[in-house]
Amino acid sequence: MNDTLAGWLQITVLIAALALSYRPLGDYMARILTTAKHLRVERGIYRLGGVDADADQKWSAYLRSVLAFSAVSVLFLYAFQRLQNHLLLSLGFAPVKADQAFNTAASFVTNTNWQSYSGEVTMGHLVQMMGLAVQNFVSAAVGIAVVAALIRGFTRKRTDRVGNFWVDLTRIVVRLLVPMAFVFAVVLVACGAVQNFHGIHEISTLIGDKQSVTGGPVASQEAIKELGTNGGGFYNANSAHPFENPNGISNILEIYLLLVISFSLPRTFGRMVGDHRQGYAILAVMGLIWAASVAIITVNELHSVSSSAGHAAGGMMEGKEQRFGIWASTLFAASTTLTSTGAVNSFHDSFSPGGGGMTIFNMMLGEIAPGGTGSGLYGILILAIIAVFVAGLMVGRTPEYLGKKLGAREMKFASLYILATPAVVLIGTGLAMALPGERASMLNSGPHGFSEVLYAFTSAANNNGSAFAGIGVNTEWYNTALGLAMLLGRFLPMIFVLALAGSLARQQQVPVTAGTLPTHRPQFVGLLTAVIIVVVGLTYFPALSLGPLAEGLH
Amino acid sequence: MSKFLTSAVRRHLSALRMLLLLTVVTGIVYPLAVTGVAQAAFSDRANGSEVKQNGHVVGSSLLGQSFNLPKKDPNNADEVAKPDPKWFQPRPSAGGYDPLASGASNLGPNNPDLITSIKDLRKAVAAFDGVDPASVPADALTSSGSGLDPDISPAYAYEQVNRVAKARGLTADTVHKLVADHVVNRDLGFLGAKRVNVLDLNRALATLR
Repeated sequence: MNDTLAGWLQITVLIAALALSYRPLGDYMARILTTAKHLRVERGIYRLGGVDADADQKWSAYLRSVLAFSAVSVLFLYAFQRLQNHLLLSLGFAPVKADQAFNTAASFVTNTNWQSYSGEVTMGHLVQMMGLAVQNFVSAAVGIAVVAALIRGFTRKRTDRVGNFWVDLTRIVVRLLVPMAFVFAVVLVACGAVQNFHGIHEISTLIGDKQSVTGGPVASQEAIKELGTNGGGFYNANSAHPFENPNGISNILEIYLLLVISFSLPRTFGRMVGDHRQGYAILAVMGLIWAASVAIITVNELHSVSSSAGHAAGGMMEGKEQRFGIWASTLFAASTTLTSTGAVNSFHDSFSPGGGGMTIFNMMLGEIAPGGTGSGLYGILILAIIAVFVAGLMVGRTPEYLGKKLGAREMKFASLYILATPAVVLIGTGLAMALPGERASMLNSGPHGFSEVLYAFTSAANNNGSAFAGIGVNTEWYNTALGLAMLLGRFLPMIFVLALAGSLARQQQVPVTAGTLPTHRPQFVGLLTAVIIVVVGLTYFPALSLGPLAEGLH
Repeated sequence: MSKFLTSAVRRHLSALRMLLLLTVVTGIVYPLAVTGVAQAAFSDRANGSEVKQNGHVVGSSLLGQSFNLPKKDPNNADEVAKPDPKWFQPRPSAGGYDPLASGASNLGPNNPDLITSIKDLRKAVAAFDGVDPASVPADALTSSGSGLDPDISPAYAYEQVNRVAKARGLTADTVHKLVADHVVNRDLGFLGAKRVNVLDLNRALATLR
C-alpha cells in the first residue's frame, strides 16, 4: 500500500470511528447532564465535600463555584510543585521554581497544558499523577459543565437558575472521563505505553553506552491528556515520545480521543434543546473547518511548500517520527490545534510556513472546530449568536436563536467574549516584541521568530498549550505573562458565557414564525462558517501577515 | 461585609474539599487501577519494552540508541562522536539519544543553520555509506520529534547495507536479507509509516556469523 492510500484510509477510519461515537456518546452526555438521579459514590462526594447537590444555582452562583474551584486548584497545584521534594516519588527533583510553578498551575487548571518545563527532569511521579493529571480530569469537566449551563439558558424559561456546578463537575468526572480514560489507558499500555512507578534507572546499551530511562504512570496520564483536550506531556517530547505514543495504533487512538468528546457534544446540545438538526448544523461547521485544516497542513507538508530545508532533505521529516511519517503527523497536528489539546506527535516549529501557519490559524479560530471539551461548543455557540445577529441586521429583524431573543444585553456578552481572547493574544505578543530581552527568546530569526512569539500567546490565551517549541519561555517574564494570558483567556470568556446563560434563561420562549431564520439548514452552516472566518481574519490578519505569510512569500 | 466574607470562605473551603475528593478518585484510584491491570496483563510493555542480549538488558525496543565509535577522549564534550561503520545508524537526534533530554531541534523550515546541516549531512552520509548523495533519504538527514526515534525508513536501512557488510566481512546479500526480515509494515497495514527498528536490527546483526 502506498503512502497516499494509507493516509486516506487512516483519515477515513478516524472519521468513521467519530461518526459511530456521535450518537451514543452525545446522548450519554446529555443524560448525565439532565438526569435527576445521583449515584451512590456521587452522594458520598457531595456529603464529604459539603455541597448541596439538589440546589439549582443562579448563573452568578454557578460562576462563583467555577472560580472558587479553579482558584483553589491553582493554589493547590502551585503548593504541590513547590513542596515536591518533601513528598514521595519525587525522583530527587528540587522544588519547581516560583514563576514556573505558577505558570504550570495556571496552565493545567485552565485546560491549556502549556509546558515551560521538561517533564522527565522536573516533575516527580506524584506531582504528575496527583497534581497535573487530576487537573486534566477536572479542567476538562469544568468546560463541559459551563457549556451545560449555557445550553440550559436556551432550554429554560423565566428562571434565574442554570444548574448545579458541583453536580455537573462530579458527574462528568465519575461517569464520563474516568471510565473512558481507564479503558483507553489500558489499550495504550497494550500498544506499548509505559505504566509503572520506576525512577530514573541506568541501562547499558548494545554497544556499552549508558542510557538513563525514566518510567512513570504515563499511560494513565496519556489517556486523559487526550480525552480531556489537555495535552500536557509526561515527557518533554510529548506524544512524539515512544513511551507516550509507541506506534501507529496508539497514534490514531490518541487522535480519536482528543476529538471524540468535542465532536459528540453537538449531539448533546441537539438532544438538550430538543432538535437534533441544530446539533448537526454545528457539527457540520466543525467538520468542514477540521477537514479543510487537515487538507491544508497535509498538502503543505507533503510538498515541502516554501521550505528550503524540506527541499534540501527531500521531505519534511525534521521534527517528525519515522513510525508516523507525514500523514499521521499532520492529522495529529490539525486535530490537536483545533481542539485546544496541544499535545504534539511532531514539532510544529519545523513545519513548512503554510503548515505551521495553519496550526496558528487553527488556534486563532478560538478553539471551536471542534474545540476543547465544552469550551469548543460554547465558543461556536457564541459565534452562532453573532451569525444570527449579522443575518438579523441584513433583513432588519430582531435576531433570535433557538427561541431566545438576542437583544442588546446578549449581544454585549457575545461581543465581549469575541474580543477578550484576541486582546490578550495581541497585547501579549506586542509587549514581548517590544522588549529586547523577551525578543531574544526566539530560537529562529526573522518572520519565523515572530511566529514563535505569536504562537506562544495564541496558544496560551486560547488554552491550547502546544508551541513553536524553539522559543525559550522558561524565563520569569514569559512564565508570568503566559500564565496570566492563560487565566484571562480561560476565565474572562467563561464569565461572559455564564452571564449570557443567565440572561437567556430569564427570557420567555418566542414562537417560531415565517420570519425566523432557520439555524439548521446548509444556508446557516455556510453563514456561520463565513462569519467565523471573517471575524478571525479581521482580528488576526495583520499579525499573521508579519509571521507565517511573510515567511511563506519570502 | 462580614457575611459576604464568611460565605466566600465557606465556598472556597468546600471547593478545596471537592478538589481533594476528586484527587482521590482521579489521582489515586484511577492511576493505581490502570497500573494494576497494566502490570498484570502487559507487564513487559508497562515496564518499557526492555530487550535483552545474552541475558543482559541492552535497552528498550521503543527508544533509539546511538551507535558511535568510542571517543578518543571520553571527557571531551566538544569532540564530535563518529558513527561506527559496523552498526546500522539511527536518525540524527537533537538530544543525542539521551532519554532525559527528549525533544526536537525546533529549527524553522527556512532556518539557514538547518539547511546547511542537512546539506553537510547529505554529503557525509553518502561518503560514509559509499552511495550517491541524491539517494540518501530524508529521515537520515533530519532529526526526529522525540530525539529518541527508534526507527529509520527501510530506504535508509537498505542504503547502509554495503557499508555494514564490508565493515563486518559479511556478504551484502546476508545483510540485505537481514534488513528485509526487519522491515516493519504499517500497523494494521495502513497506520503510520513503514520502518526498521535500529536496535532490533543491530541485535540480530550482532548474532550473525
